[in-house]
Amino acid sequence: MSSNKKEFPRALEDEAIYILREAAAQFERPAILFSGGKDSITLVRLAQKAFYPGKIPFPLLHVDTGHNFPETIVFRDWLVEKTGVDLVVGYVQDDIDAKRVAEEKGKFASRNTLQTVTLLRMIEEQKFDACIGGARRDEEKARAKERIFSVRDEFGQWDAKNQRPELFEFLNGRIKPGENVRVFPISNWTELDVWNYIKEEELDIPSIYFTHERDVIIRDGVLWPISDFIYRDADEEIIKKKVRFRTVGDMSCTAALASEADSLETIIDEIISATLSERGTRLDDKRAEAAMEIRKVSGYF
Amino acid sequence: MEVLRIATAGSVDDGKSTLIGRLLYETNSITTDRLEAIHKASQRKGIDFVDLSLLTDGLIAEREQGITIDVAHIYFQTPKRKFIIADSPGHVEYTRNMITGASHAEVSVILVDARLGILDQTHRHYYIAHLLRIPNVIVCVNKMDLIGYEEEKFRAIEKQFTEFANQIKAADQYIQFIPISSLYGENITKRSEKINWYKGPALLEVLESLDASPKESKARSRFPVQYIIRPRTEEFHDFRGYAGRVASGQFITGDSVTILPSMRTTTIDKIYQYDQVIAHADTRQSVVITLKDDVDVSRGDMIVKTGEEPEQKKELDADICWLNNEPMTGTKTYLMQTGTSLTKAKIASVEYVKIPSTLEQLPATALKMNEIARVKIKTAKGVASDTYKENPSNGSFILIDEYSNNTVAVGFLN
Repeated sequence: MSSNKKEFPRALEDEAIYILREAAAQFERPAILFSGGKDSITLVRLAQKAFYPGKIPFPLLHVDTGHNFPETIVFRDWLVEKTGVDLVVGYVQDDIDAKRVAEEKGKFASRNTLQTVTLLRMIEEQKFDACIGGARRDEEKARAKERIFSVRDEFGQWDAKNQRPELFEFLNGRIKPGENVRVFPISNWTELDVWNYIKEEELDIPSIYFTHERDVIIRDGVLWPISDFIYRDADEEIIKKKVRFRTVGDMSCTAALASEADSLETIIDEIISATLSERGTRLDDKRAEAAMEIRKVSGYF
Repeated sequence: MEVLRIATAGSVDDGKSTLIGRLLYETNSITTDRLEAIHKASQRKGIDFVDLSLLTDGLIAEREQGITIDVAHIYFQTPKRKFIIADSPGHVEYTRNMITGASHAEVSVILVDARLGILDQTHRHYYIAHLLRIPNVIVCVNKMDLIGYEEEKFRAIEKQFTEFANQIKAADQYIQFIPISSLYGENITKRSEKINWYKGPALLEVLESLDASPKESKARSRFPVQYIIRPRTEEFHDFRGYAGRVASGQFITGDSVTILPSMRTTTIDKIYQYDQVIAHADTRQSVVITLKDDVDVSRGDMIVKTGEEPEQKKELDADICWLNNEPMTGTKTYLMQTGTSLTKAKIASVEYVKIPSTLEQLPATALKMNEIARVKIKTAKGVASDTYKENPSNGSFILIDEYSNNTVAVGFLN
């Protein structure tokens, strides 16, 4: 039992592979929700392992807000080519153009909440009956209540108070036409588990997870990356800082972290000693105490 | 690194949230921003201490009402182990949530308020640990600070609990008692100096040293088939692999195996773990097995070691807990799932309903949500199962309502 915080618990991989195979067996057309972040990269690796020597039996679905970090798109296309997996992209811009959603205005505008509409449209258009996501229970308190197979109604809604019980290893994915299921294979992983896995499996990740010099502004004590997608007051000064990103969302809702971590080892050390939680840099969660639950109820993953 | 799964259950006042908060805090598992967030939320609610239950009560409705409704999952890690706590509400109307939380656990932590002693709820929590045959039970007698850390009261609670447990306790279940104060951190992560008459380990020490190996690793070998892998690529043209997770026992290359329900026999050719060919697959490992002969195997079938075949029975005795709002009716057909296999099933009769807090057995014909009962089940296909006692993973099942698709019951085969 000589182990430490830098070792990945392999039991979690066996569990995740089991869940992915249940998804493949129980649904007609599942897809992996792919954001280009570390959690969805981990899912792709797990899917490779689960179905070897067969190919991954589902496509990747990327909901593209148009506000991505360019590095994530480069990475996504590289990974798709390398693994030979199919990629389906849903554009938030299409929903804005069709007036299904309206762009938020003001200093804190973000497309984060708009992507739920695009996700639900893609589920309908592509007839996906299951979407496999990299959400984890340790990320956020509403996610701590989430099932591994989370049944959603036709409108993608999460009924938190009336969830299907999940006992032992049984995953009941039976649904009615129009309903869909969100599947979370790495529910029981922590942020540290994901990083230790990435290190042990030698997975490639987008460069923005490592320290780099970037133009930022400091707003409410948070480092906002400068891009065409965020509004800046005239008195907000642009400064250059050594930063990295701890989670990867939109450029308009992901704050940077002052960091010198330039390798997986140093990232892991940084996380072990961190005093800020992972989603502490997510401005989408900071909107309200129950921001995540509210988004999940309306169809977010 | 090993993972230990812990089930806790309790109500608002017995200090369960404070205990969990304490474990997280003292193992450096809460970050500053999370602590600040609950500090602010506590202030908004007008309470003058940091309410650690806000860490676990993640839903708006739970925070509004100050109660735990559903199981929350909490994670922490020490250099020895990774821990997953399934924290469930403790009241009778949440029995189903307690069973759900406990179904994944290797250890059950039961909290007793030292001032109040053994309550109905304590009996219920222990009964669930007994029903699920959780190998380790830790009874934490909490709020010792409020009774002056007095040994006598602790011993009285220990005695009373043991008397109740001894009526039903399985021989292989291990129960231990720890006097604690979660408010002051006595005997949580380090041994208490105040409770010097207690010579045993602190709670975290126990959790770090318990045997976490699953009971199934010593049971007969079972491999429920989840998915068939047929790549049809040039390199793997004739490859046909059976993907699954070893439910119990161990499979070794060259083992003679029997396919259920067909009873065809063959031999294990190779075992794959991703692109590696491995010599043996152990309990809970996810692998792909290839067979020497071209036999018919599909999802729902089970590969077992030849000579270890379970009987395929259509009449079964079981304890079940009803999980659904809609009561059980004997005339209705349900889907019964064991492993990855499904069959139609009916509850032929209800022998009795068990009252967990008193162990009384009452006659019944229907079952309501949260009720636990001994029943007889009839199935359309033979069920290749073991008893829950011998092999929990192949002795447990769920019932699914074919029309609502809900999971309506969980069961344990006798």
